[in-house]
Amino acid sequence: MKKGALVRPDVAIIRPDVAIIGAGPAGLAAAAGARAAGAERVLVLEREERPGGILNQCIHDGFGLVRFGETLTGPEYAGRFLRAARESGAEILTRTMVLGLTPERRLQALGPRGYMTIEAGAVILATGCRERTRGAVRIPGSRPAGIFTAGVAQYYLNRQNIMVGRRALILGSGDVGLIMARRLTLEGGQVPVVVEKLPYPGGLARNIAQCLDDYNIPLRLSHTVTRIEGEQRVERAAVARLDAEGREIPGTEQVYDCDTIILSVGLIPENELALKAGVHLSSVTGGPLVDDAWQTNIPGIFACGNSLHVHDLVDYASAEAENAARAAVAFSRAGGAGEPGLPVRPGAGVRYVLPFSVRVGTRPLLSLRVSEPTGRRRLVARAGGRTLAERVFPRLAPAEMVRLELREAVPPGAKALEVLVTDA
Amino acid sequence: MEKRFDVAIVGGGAVGCAIARELSRSALSVALLEKENDVARGTSGKNSAVVHAGFNNPPASLAARLCVEGCAGFAAACRELGVPYRRTGKLVTALGAEDIPLLERLLAQGRASGVPDLALWTREQVRAREPHIQAAAALWSGSTGITNPLLYTIALAENALANGAEIFLNFPVEAILRTGDGFILRSGRRALRADWIVNAAGLYADRVAALAGDDGYRIYPCRGEYLILDKPAAALLRAPVYPAPRPGVGGLGVHLTPTIDGNVLVGPSAEYISSRSDTGTTATVMARLWQEALLLLPALAGCAVIAAYAGLRSKIVPAGAQNFGDFIVEHSRRTPGLLNLIGIESPGLTASLPLARLVLRLLGEKIPLPRKAAFQPERRSAVPFRALEPEERQAAAAGDPALREIVCRCETVTRREILTALDNPLGVRSLTGVRARSRAMTGRCQGGYCQQRIVAILRDEYGVRPEDMRWQGTESWLFTGAVK
Repeated sequence: MKKGALVRPDVAIIRPDVAIIGAGPAGLAAAAGARAAGAERVLVLEREERPGGILNQCIHDGFGLVRFGETLTGPEYAGRFLRAARESGAEILTRTMVLGLTPERRLQALGPRGYMTIEAGAVILATGCRERTRGAVRIPGSRPAGIFTAGVAQYYLNRQNIMVGRRALILGSGDVGLIMARRLTLEGGQVPVVVEKLPYPGGLARNIAQCLDDYNIPLRLSHTVTRIEGEQRVERAAVARLDAEGREIPGTEQVYDCDTIILSVGLIPENELALKAGVHLSSVTGGPLVDDAWQTNIPGIFACGNSLHVHDLVDYASAEAENAARAAVAFSRAGGAGEPGLPVRPGAGVRYVLPFSVRVGTRPLLSLRVSEPTGRRRLVARAGGRTLAERVFPRLAPAEMVRLELREAVPPGAKALEVLVTDA
Repeated sequence: MEKRFDVAIVGGGAVGCAIARELSRSALSVALLEKENDVARGTSGKNSAVVHAGFNNPPASLAARLCVEGCAGFAAACRELGVPYRRTGKLVTALGAEDIPLLERLLAQGRASGVPDLALWTREQVRAREPHIQAAAALWSGSTGITNPLLYTIALAENALANGAEIFLNFPVEAILRTGDGFILRSGRRALRADWIVNAAGLYADRVAALAGDDGYRIYPCRGEYLILDKPAAALLRAPVYPAPRPGVGGLGVHLTPTIDGNVLVGPSAEYISSRSDTGTTATVMARLWQEALLLLPALAGCAVIAAYAGLRSKIVPAGAQNFGDFIVEHSRRTPGLLNLIGIESPGLTASLPLARLVLRLLGEKIPLPRKAAFQPERRSAVPFRALEPEERQAAAAGDPALREIVCRCETVTRREILTALDNPLGVRSLTGVRARSRAMTGRCQGGYCQQRIVAILRDEYGVRPEDMRWQGTESWLFTGAVK
């Protein structure tokens, strides 16, 4: 397909086989995947000037170990997928924001070429996630300058070359917060402490070691910020210890001098467009309730990447997007909502499992997170009285997504597929 | 020699800006002095944003009279000033039968004050209007509305400016000297002269009066905290919903208010504090607000809180007092040339233009207020891109490249609207100034997407260095500079 073949001034309504919303790692992988699966016209809509999504600001390494067996920076990892997407012949429209999406897969978008209407054979949501904010976690105190979410601070430092403060307290031990603790330290800032309300860290073990331990930055578990002080700019933050129920323990408050507070308190799949189209979301993941073809409840609308559920490794987001792309291409040709599957239920020790439903006779790859950190345990998937998968893990942690392959297909007559943690 | 004005207004809240705007109808020279870097930075910008009907205050009180007048004229004023306004009506609900006498008292009070369109509604009538609200009965007020108090105050200030008033931001009045025929008002090394001072300093009105030699007032700050809910909550109610007012509470009780921009507010609390600037939020109140909101509207349980804020009421009665503190608008008995507005709390926003007209009448008793033929009451403002229909969006985007880029994704704010906000007539360049004028950074991601884009516009198109950018006031620096 020639570049610019889809979007031309003489075309009033753009009609791709597959429209992909977002050119981050998931969207780019979906684009190349859709072309590889035989889609003629693949259109990617990206609001930023440069494709790559959040990876463009992730200048640290550690990306691609699973996929490529080597460690890449974020822009390097994105670059490989961008090249593949471009070479595949998918058309990428940048600086273009999708403003509307209907269940009939009609999109409204705004970009340098003006206001556009798009009617797509299939739609893949690859809209990524956003950061939880101070308001969402209700941190008390004043509202001065100097409070940034970790991703925003990362954008300022890595993409705009702007330093956000001199002494930053970090709340939350999510991966972006840990990465920023190291980044701020390397740029001459001080990080007196990282505070985490849970009794275990939110980020990957390797980031605790490489970003905190290597720089002697203390991590205080079961603590939270109880008050922000400072009228114009942050001046101090009070930190207190929490009991097992998450309540502040009186008398444990300690005040830190700081001019900056960095929040790494969770990521939320971005699904405003999905909601406009009537897509149902999970209250646990915040992402669409997809079936084993990564299709939402709205026929022809698929989801992948961080808009489906927040990943800790981008490699898995790319793989998931390729699967969604294959299914989307099949839909764009044949249509059909697919036969309803049986529900997938998180059992003991499991927080969520994707997909949310599976059809008899299929062997979908399950993605899941456990509810709490454990030592050596066995993960088991059961349906219709049969054990479809089991695997022993030396340890399990909510921060680390687990993938579980079924060794046999979902049997006929099964009412549900259950995944649970048992003793090893 | 300092610049001389006929009138200096102290305080750039809704009331001060309304006075500046109304005075700019006259040929008098007018200065508006505001201590912050923008107008509406105090109580005017931190309230429920409700245009009240006037039934909450005792009949014959100044507050009731001016509120009824202000409510009747609010829609027209907003049309003239290019400010959003919607008549929503309002419900004061009785949770049980014991609350019904409270509603009857409010109804009688409102009728005595001439409030139109009041009625007692049954449980069924409430349910027909607001199916998610739990109430045994309610007082319906059809004339109550909602607005955006930030834009309202900004519009008044801009219209005053367009009609010749001068506005001095970052001008905290620190000293007032009496001269033979007027005053000198000082702020740091800046100073100006004025024949008359109109004291509309809100929480600081007692102190400003004292600076001018009149120490006859005392303000008691009373804090009210709010939660802001994400837009899905707005599908659950059409009108502001209040509980029946229990005696002895320092406010109207925790209520639910749809905002003109599509969110829902929960609040306010009422807590007397000693500070006049502590608009911080607290864990206990935030938790309590949420509990009380769920009592009024259980369906809110699944809704997300996106931000919290607090404002301070400038009360003239202390904690525990049962008596009603009316608005005070009067010539100072101790300092000739000083006109004071004291205790202008709720419904001060609604009553702001009537208050301004009252100030003009009181001034007119002392000096002539010749009308200015060139006064232009209208202020033009563009319809926000988010409010346009698809065909209108298409046409708008075709004609302006800056309307083809969304800077704030949550509120659908275009680059054009950011540029317009940065080019505002008052010259405000802070991020909170952009936020107030464009709604960028007010959505569910609270600037997570757009703040850095606005910073890039400030740096690349306005030449502002990162270390010179400000969040709100002069000390609220955002960045230390470039990464080393």
